[in-house]
Amino acid sequence: MTTDDLLTVSQFSVSYDVTPPVEAVRDVSITVRRGEILGLAGESGCGKTTLAYGIQRLLKPPAVITSGSAVFHDESGDDIDINTMDDAQMRAFRWEKASMVFQGAMNALNPIITIGAQLQDVFSTHRPAMTRRDRKLESGRLLDLVGVGSARLRSYPHELSGGMRQRVMIAMALALKPQLMIMDEPTTALDVLVQREIIEQISDLRAEFGFSVIFITHDLPLLLEISDRIAVMREGRIVEIDTARNLYQNPQNDYTRRLLASFPSLTGERGGFVRRPGPSTLATDAGGMF
Amino acid sequence: MRFFLRRTAFYAFTAWAAITINFFLPRMMKGDPVSAYLQKNQGRISPEAIDSLRTLFGLDSTKSLFEQYIDYWQLLFSGDLGRSFSKGLAPVTDVIASAIPWTVGLVGIATVISFVVGTSIGAYIGWRRGSKADGIVPVATFFSTVPYFWMGLIAIAIFSTTLGWFPASHAYDKGTQPSFTLEFAGQVIQHGFLPALTLVIGSLGGWILGMRNMMITVLDEDYVTVAQAKGLKPSRVLVNYAARNASLPQLSSFAMSLGFIVGGTLVMELVFSYPGAGKLLLDATTAKDYPLMQGLFLVITLTVLVANILADVAYAILDPRTRQMEA
Repeated sequence: MTTDDLLTVSQFSVSYDVTPPVEAVRDVSITVRRGEILGLAGESGCGKTTLAYGIQRLLKPPAVITSGSAVFHDESGDDIDINTMDDAQMRAFRWEKASMVFQGAMNALNPIITIGAQLQDVFSTHRPAMTRRDRKLESGRLLDLVGVGSARLRSYPHELSGGMRQRVMIAMALALKPQLMIMDEPTTALDVLVQREIIEQISDLRAEFGFSVIFITHDLPLLLEISDRIAVMREGRIVEIDTARNLYQNPQNDYTRRLLASFPSLTGERGGFVRRPGPSTLATDAGGMF
Repeated sequence: MRFFLRRTAFYAFTAWAAITINFFLPRMMKGDPVSAYLQKNQGRISPEAIDSLRTLFGLDSTKSLFEQYIDYWQLLFSGDLGRSFSKGLAPVTDVIASAIPWTVGLVGIATVISFVVGTSIGAYIGWRRGSKADGIVPVATFFSTVPYFWMGLIAIAIFSTTLGWFPASHAYDKGTQPSFTLEFAGQVIQHGFLPALTLVIGSLGGWILGMRNMMITVLDEDYVTVAQAKGLKPSRVLVNYAARNASLPQLSSFAMSLGFIVGGTLVMELVFSYPGAGKLLLDATTAKDYPLMQGLFLVITLTVLVANILADVAYAILDPRTRQMEA
């Protein structure tokens, strides 16, 4: 069983060192298995993204990792403790072992460099032995793979649609055949049709290359459909983790139930509107208008 | 291509407007150059000389304003800007041509150095925000808020009068003839060092501050995080991702400051008695030397225009988004 694990995060805590300090991730322990899609669900501000950035050590001050460890179990059998690497080792680890697809499809690409150059960056950093021609060929092949087409190598990000940009990001994330891909709301800014295409593409690519995915989103129905397992996060803690089926059919935690109930269903009764308890100004404002 | 034509048309119109205003402005002022010249040399000029002076300055009043305007353009294209009577009736073009190289050489080099050094320091400080390097900002800002003439005088007092390292004024030693020898070049550098240094110190703060602030904005962009997540070397992230984007607004300010080289250094040239265009403009104004003023205004306007064109071109090369209009 242990050899099937790819990433073990234990007692991981991150806090933002502001006044008063914000504990964004509290004591999170989670395991990612080889080849699975692990969904990470929760409302905005619950610490999903902070956790993902923490695993890649991408957090900027004032965010501080206060405790815990993240150990990556490499294919070769080595265990890599992410917190003990120095900067150069960390840079070599990033993208090679674990790549990321980011939230903002619009801003994740440098606007003044061609997408070809941004793809080739990855190779010139991690594969210094590659020739310029090989780098270009490989980048073109990646763009073909995600359906953008190698003809777009010389395009700038503003010349592509949002969906195409996100595909370029996925191509980039695939470049070094990483074992783990962290996707932070990869479809948030896209319309449902494009969303669907991207999701299907991710599923196909995973079937082809066998990498694991940590898929972060607030869209629980989407996760139910694509994930093997789902972790529900709230206020920095993981409140429930289970297989997608179990979570849907038999949610244990009260918050998970409320989250599931808050999505409108096509059939059945009209549900209640879930809000955090507190004085609601909305109702009185609306009342005053009429 | 249409983008190019539109820009060209715009600049042509601006140049025409500037030159036309330059034609009308002196004519709207009280008095004419000849009367001013006569006043300066009271009683020493014969009536015949007055007539020939009027002809020389194109003021023989039989011509209509429109005819004068046409003549003005013809003269302009033949490179004739009239004669300067504060400089012994020498052609204005020659007078300006003897001053411009000094200004453009000295101030141009100082501006480029200041821009390059200031932008680099600003990029570094922005990159290492919160570190000790931030301490440079208040120091640099202090120097750019100090009145320039005061800083110039202090520099002269310390480095020239007290230490005697550099000469206090002029572009080269008195009594030497400008020539392309090593010795003369050495003199020019020695004389230009203090003015250039004070100019750089005085303008550095603006470049540092502007670049640092842009860096801080750009560093929060997703593409910088992506570059870091890709495992790129910090130097590469800094140069190719952060600084390259952050320097775009700097570039247009740089082009603008290039445009102000000719007209904007009056104080420096006064403090260091430097024989440049700024000092020439001041001399022309005090002497009411209209042809010379007019010529200088023309040169200043045209340099600002050229600088604008350069900024446009640089922007189009460095930021592909501005080129989008072309399609």
